[in-house]
Amino acid sequence: MSLITVKNLSSFYEGKKVYENLNFTVQEGDYLCILGENGSGKTTLMKTVLGFDIKHSGTIKFNGFSNREIGWLPQRTQHQIDFPASVLEVVMSGFAGSGFFGAGYKKMQKQQAIGNMKLLNIESIAEKSFGELSGGQQQKVLLCRALCAAKKVILLDEPVTSLDESAAEEMYDIIKKLNDNGMTIIMISHDVTHAVNGSKHILKLSDNDFFFGTKEEYQKFIAGDI
Amino acid sequence: MEFLGEFLTYPFARRAIIAGLLLSVSAALLGVNLVLKRFSMLGDGLSHVSFGAAAVGLACGAAPLQFSIPIVIVAAFLLLRLKQNSKINGDAATAIVSSSALAVGITVASLTTGMNTDITNYMFGSVLALGKSEVMIAAFCGIIIIAVYILFYQKIFTVTFDEDFASVTGVKARLYNSINAIMTALIVVIGMRIMGALLISSIITFPALSSMRICKHYKCTVIVAAVVSVISFVTGILLSFTFDIPAGAAVVLTNLAIFLILSFVGRIKKI
Repeated sequence: MSLITVKNLSSFYEGKKVYENLNFTVQEGDYLCILGENGSGKTTLMKTVLGFDIKHSGTIKFNGFSNREIGWLPQRTQHQIDFPASVLEVVMSGFAGSGFFGAGYKKMQKQQAIGNMKLLNIESIAEKSFGELSGGQQQKVLLCRALCAAKKVILLDEPVTSLDESAAEEMYDIIKKLNDNGMTIIMISHDVTHAVNGSKHILKLSDNDFFFGTKEEYQKFIAGDI
Repeated sequence: MEFLGEFLTYPFARRAIIAGLLLSVSAALLGVNLVLKRFSMLGDGLSHVSFGAAAVGLACGAAPLQFSIPIVIVAAFLLLRLKQNSKINGDAATAIVSSSALAVGITVASLTTGMNTDITNYMFGSVLALGKSEVMIAAFCGIIIIAVYILFYQKIFTVTFDEDFASVTGVKARLYNSINAIMTALIVVIGMRIMGALLISSIITFPALSSMRICKHYKCTVIVAAVVSVISFVTGILLSFTFDIPAGAAVVLTNLAIFLILSFVGRIKKI
């Protein structure tokens, strides 16, 4: 079953067309990797799908959920580095979109958060300060927050940027594990070799053109390219 | 304690304490978010606008508080918008707006009423200046701000920590930013009567900064900031009464002392 169907999508950034007539689908249980050089439109595409205020034409259809239920792992921002917040507080904020008021969270949500923390092996640092963690651990905490917000799909924006090799390795393993557990993954990356290995489908954006197909088709496409 | 009892027999003192306590708590709550969003100077910019508006209000014979509130709210929106628009430097814009507003206020005051006690009260604050209706407004705003903060606590945290993520999960980040701007504007205008235009922004930023020296969790930061704010205010008012110094200055100096102590404690905790 396809969860997301994108048809003839063109997006504009500061009046300029970033890409045009993009067509691709994301299946349930898929692992889609979005590749492309800087400036090829990966971020614009991500923001369009997430529902940011980006001018676009064409359609994006969500099957059985809305784009608010995509668990998003954004890139870390500078001001989060010394932000006084516990790991648990950050993880729980994944539920902030639910309900009108927000004085506290429901018991069920807390249990779900603890479950997700166990899955990512961060339950032992629940009370630690987010700012005092290593980059890799911070990234896991933000991924855990994304899982709390996610219904079926998580969207990861360059999840291994600025991580050292072993932390990056661990991040890829975790993402693979989540996918094996049935979570649909969309990952934006420029780390081609690693990213392609784990994925099932590839969307590659380049100037005025794009490629969409299975990993095997992509490898053939690349071989033909050379 | 006996001294405190005697102090509280004065109606103006009771009024100032009640209004001040509510304002201190709400200023501290808002301050945590402003400091964390790197927007500490908003309070400072708004206080100058508020002074300018109050001076113009006095010159026109209007009630200065009621006259200032809408103007300062508009200024808060403008400054926040400038901050979001990356093409203009938010810091520089705040500096320009605040000095211009102050200049307008002083010019208008000199041309009309002259730099009288009313004007200096707005600049440096005065506990005696607080009338009954102003205490009612202060108490009302304080209670509303604290209630909004508690009711929407989780959403406010999420927006402060990561605005984009909050929007994606369906939290109306822009709405919360607007509410934040309105509440900050209210605090600044009302607090200006007690603290003075030149010192009001310190009760917004100081407690949050002090609290962040020792707190690593958000909830802890918010609670400690509120407590620090209350302690500084009460101590400041007592010092002001005892030594006959302006309340605003006494509160800020108490805040400074607490900040230094907590910075020291934070250092020791790290070692």
